[in-house]
Amino acid sequence: MMRLPPFRYLAPRSVAEAVRQLADHGPDAMVVAGGTDLYPNMKRRQFEPRVLVGLRGIRELAGIRGSARQGMVLAAGATLTQVSNHPEVLRHYPAVARAADLVSTPQLRNMGTIGGNVCVDTRCNYYNQSYAWRKAIGFCMKKDGDICLVAPGSDRCLAISSSDTAPVLWSLGASVRLVGPKGERVIPISALYQDDGIQYLTKAADEILTEIVLPPVDGLRATYWKLRRRGSFDFPVLGVGVALRMEGEVCREARIVLGAVASQPREAADAGRLLVGERLTPELIDRVAEAAAKPSKPLDNTDLVYHYRKRMTRVYVARALRELAGLPVGEFPLGMTARN
Amino acid sequence: MPEFLTLRVNGEPVQVIAPVHKTLLEVLREDLGLTGTKHGCELGECGTCTVLVDGEPVLSCLVLPVECQGQEILTVEGLAASGRLHPLQQAFAELGAAQCGYCIPGILLTSKALLDASPQPTRDEIREALAGNLCRCTGYTKILEAVELAALRMAGEERAAAGGLGARAAGQGGGR
Repeated sequence: MMRLPPFRYLAPRSVAEAVRQLADHGPDAMVVAGGTDLYPNMKRRQFEPRVLVGLRGIRELAGIRGSARQGMVLAAGATLTQVSNHPEVLRHYPAVARAADLVSTPQLRNMGTIGGNVCVDTRCNYYNQSYAWRKAIGFCMKKDGDICLVAPGSDRCLAISSSDTAPVLWSLGASVRLVGPKGERVIPISALYQDDGIQYLTKAADEILTEIVLPPVDGLRATYWKLRRRGSFDFPVLGVGVALRMEGEVCREARIVLGAVASQPREAADAGRLLVGERLTPELIDRVAEAAAKPSKPLDNTDLVYHYRKRMTRVYVARALRELAGLPVGEFPLGMTARN
Repeated sequence: MPEFLTLRVNGEPVQVIAPVHKTLLEVLREDLGLTGTKHGCELGECGTCTVLVDGEPVLSCLVLPVECQGQEILTVEGLAASGRLHPLQQAFAELGAAQCGYCIPGILLTSKALLDASPQPTRDEIREALAGNLCRCTGYTKILEAVELAALRMAGEERAAAGGLGARAAGQGGGR
């Protein structure tokens, strides 16, 4: 049996109380919402918090509200099932619903939260293993060791960002609300991440992510494409979030954000700029896809070989853009449909 | 640190004293003797430990009992109401939809949640609902057929089921 290490469990009733408890226990404490990311990691002894601050009972962290005109707010504790099935999210932010729907399995989506997916731990072949496995290979710097086993010369951890929702939320220009002992702040989700497999979030340890704020729709159209081995469930080995603001036939704003190619979601900004002021012709889409593949630098630390994942960046960016342009995309990958 | 917990399992209140870091799976099996819920990967990847919490399929290996106080927990032991097998259990038994059987408790409960929400699911909807329940024997076809048979029976179309199922199986040519 893989058992959880012992801890104390606190069940605050408000965000303010949770923030206080988190501050009181300092580095000994962690927050837990759905538990689908943290508990497996704790079973593998990647985290051994002495205190868990459970966020499930906090009303402020539940629910989805707002409208297409004003923008919508996804409380961090909304489950991935709730996000993917919410009628307004489906209608106005279908890419967010699709990305949430493509996370893991139905059971996991009933438990896991949108906040948890945004903050999901980075992953690596040398890290997501049992304690005994990691010990046998001499540990890596992300936990218990001091070198990177993917690139022993690297001075930082190269574990990869594995969130499906983050690339889409970034492409849409979403923000996140963080609440800590010194008050609260709202930052663009693009500022929540940094390219370090260990410190992949800029969120302070004593801050709690409470909300994801989606901007007003106002002509924004987005999509998400996900590459994985199995159609039923798997973490992304490539994610492509694309959002466009169209004015008639002309693209006024474009953001292309890649997932699972670095320790944070990576925006292909040069590729996005090629679209501005242009019509979405098949020729332009191919050029943009070529440019978007440049910042995609997958490493040999997850499923499928890395040069294939690099090549698929171009293919998936092109298909995502073709989908938004109403051009034929060929067959959707298993698990993805025009509907979701 | 042991905790005194009051849970509702299979329609009955139960009291249990267990350390807070024991998962629902461990408490069900080790403290309540309900070994119908199986432990597989224990990391949320295989689905065999699925139970229903307030009617929703969740993985008991990744839930703490303290997190489900006041909620209704249903395990496979609670599926047969007053000694009568649930139509899903009946269909699985009749069609031999279990090989080693290890995944079946989780599959029965996941299927029950599906049929409660969507009484006439398509084959694709069943596949999607069961996407998180791995069968290591790979005996998926009969599982899907058994869920379809149970759905038909629950809709009161038992007679149509006997003819319709055979016709559909023949038409498929074993391709799935």
